[in-house]
Amino acid sequence: MVEPDYLKFDTLSLHAGQEPDPTTGSRGVPIYQTTSYSFVDTEQAAGLFNLEQPGHIYSRISNPTVAVLEERLAALEGGVGAVCTASGMAAFHLACATIMSAGNHVVASRNIYGGSHNMLNLTMPRFGITTTFVDPRDHDAWRSAITPETRVLFAETLGNPGIEVLDVPVVAEIAHEHGLPLMLDATFTTPYLMKPIELGADIVMHSVTKFLGGHGIALGGVVIDGGRFDWAATDKFPTLSEPYDGYHGISFFEEYGHQALSMRARAEGLRDFGAAMSPANAFHLLQGVETLPLRMQRHVENTATVIDFLETNDAVSWISHPSVSSHPDHELSKKLLPKGAGAILSFGIAGGREAGRRFIENVQLASHVANVGDAKTLVIHPASTTHQQLSAEDLSAAGVGEDLIRLSVGLEDSEDIIADLARALKASQKG
Amino acid sequence: MEVKFQETKISLATGGVKVDKEQPPVLLVHGAGMDRTVWSQQTRYLAHHGFSPMAVDLPGHGKSGGELLSTIPAMADWIADLIGELDMGPVRLVGHSMGSLISLEVAAHHPDAVERIILMGAAAAMPVHPDLLGAAERNEILAPQLMTAWAHGARAHVAGNPTPGLWMRSGCQALLERAADGVIYNDLAACNSYEAGDIAGQIDCPITVIVGSEDKMTPPKATAQLVAGFEEVDLRHLKGVGHMMMIEAPDQIRELMLSALR
Repeated sequence: MVEPDYLKFDTLSLHAGQEPDPTTGSRGVPIYQTTSYSFVDTEQAAGLFNLEQPGHIYSRISNPTVAVLEERLAALEGGVGAVCTASGMAAFHLACATIMSAGNHVVASRNIYGGSHNMLNLTMPRFGITTTFVDPRDHDAWRSAITPETRVLFAETLGNPGIEVLDVPVVAEIAHEHGLPLMLDATFTTPYLMKPIELGADIVMHSVTKFLGGHGIALGGVVIDGGRFDWAATDKFPTLSEPYDGYHGISFFEEYGHQALSMRARAEGLRDFGAAMSPANAFHLLQGVETLPLRMQRHVENTATVIDFLETNDAVSWISHPSVSSHPDHELSKKLLPKGAGAILSFGIAGGREAGRRFIENVQLASHVANVGDAKTLVIHPASTTHQQLSAEDLSAAGVGEDLIRLSVGLEDSEDIIADLARALKASQKG
Repeated sequence: MEVKFQETKISLATGGVKVDKEQPPVLLVHGAGMDRTVWSQQTRYLAHHGFSPMAVDLPGHGKSGGELLSTIPAMADWIADLIGELDMGPVRLVGHSMGSLISLEVAAHHPDAVERIILMGAAAAMPVHPDLLGAAERNEILAPQLMTAWAHGARAHVAGNPTPGLWMRSGCQALLERAADGVIYNDLAACNSYEAGDIAGQIDCPITVIVGSEDKMTPPKATAQLVAGFEEVDLRHLKGVGHMMMIEAPDQIRELMLSALR
């Protein structure tokens, strides 16, 4: 039996989206640090503005350096297209704003990044879009929360901060049974560990700032269009299936079909909301993506070593990571994440809030920052940082206890990471 | 737009503008397992450059209803009837791959329906690899994967989409995956069993043929065999381009189409 001779993941990480610069032959991706692009003539300009032909007009809408990153990320995820944004939150907003309008409703996992929770819970209602939050493991809850106004189901591939593994095929099926798309934040897994579109997701978003970039020096986000969802099967998605006055009555689905979401998100969302990625950031993030397979493999290996250590330390009361056999999603993780369940884990520290504070203040190698997915090991106490805007009730519902430490395992020598953790854990118990 | 034709809803992409019956009509016909959106890089341009493009979804494809048509001649008869229903006079007929076979048949057997034809990814015969045909018959994802792998030139497997952010390979695969069960097999079987015979000698209208140098599905050699039968033909070669030339080289295809259509 013949097989498709597709380029493999590692190769695409290095090459997808880029040809040597046609003018200079530059092998590296040039930084096109420009706001605008000279038109050949008025006819070409009119054609570009009117979506008659592709090309760059203004870097808020598209830029050649950013376009390389977009094409590369779409290639790695198996999406039909991608739109990069200034941050992961900008990507989340762009996706929501492209498919929804006032009066619509979201069903979302309750175990998501605090910023995403805030946007859905506090900000979007001001624009008429409401959300029902559900336990991501409770499939009946997903079903029963869907209303006639629901337009999307949203979750993270690995929850935050409990590292819940979403049963993507099951939740995708629930969404599709109701004529809805499933949108996933896959920041914690990256396409190296999981390809959600192959598992049934329709829209994938990332904070590219995290593992995809890996270096922690540039912000960025991306919306990836799976291209399999039929936006015109119902009348639920008029932004994609109905004529749009913004481009003289074009229907994005009629003209672009499976690429309708990508096209509208750029043509309207970047044009009007303007949360564009800078070309310099795209360049930095591309350097990270080139080594994504190598780094993720090392992240996973170091995480396993760190977990082995934490499991034997008396100051650690519990560990939450899908690779641990006691984790509720351990078996699901083996099925959906065969290469590993990522490098972010949480653990409880004996002694609660005060011990947690002492631990954080005594790590020396690990950095205390509001970030994850860096090449360097990072720690944080979510109850006082990323999730501090949440009410006590929401905090509890999100599984954030006062003793919870979130650890993003980096690429340092694992012996050094463990030595640092051991020292800080020991200090944490000296009350 | 949608039209009711033979009691069935038929979908046509018109470039996002209403069909202007004063402008020359251009009917675009897609290939096996695909739909109107393969022409998305051309329709809007044509609509703003003096033509009325209509990229049709064949019956059972894309958003069109109706039963699948199982032979190329049956598809050609259907297209000819549709042209009559549109009531815009003879059309400029543009076909890609299976659509090129349909266009040949229409031009040969319904000469009053067409003013000229433009063929892309064309050949006198389109034998289908048995593994692909088998995968398509079993509705396996391998069929879209193989078609996507073979339908693009080497450059398109790495980069080169002029539309910022779009990834060609997945675009093609997703398009094929969206086809309902049986559609790809129906079309591939129709191509596989089609025999052009001496059809080239039966066509009187002007013909343009566009060939991609890296086309693995209808290789240049196979196109040459077809072209040899035409008394006169406007033959254009695109270097470094595969079978999905409308998407791989949209700018060149737009310009070639515009010059040929005028």
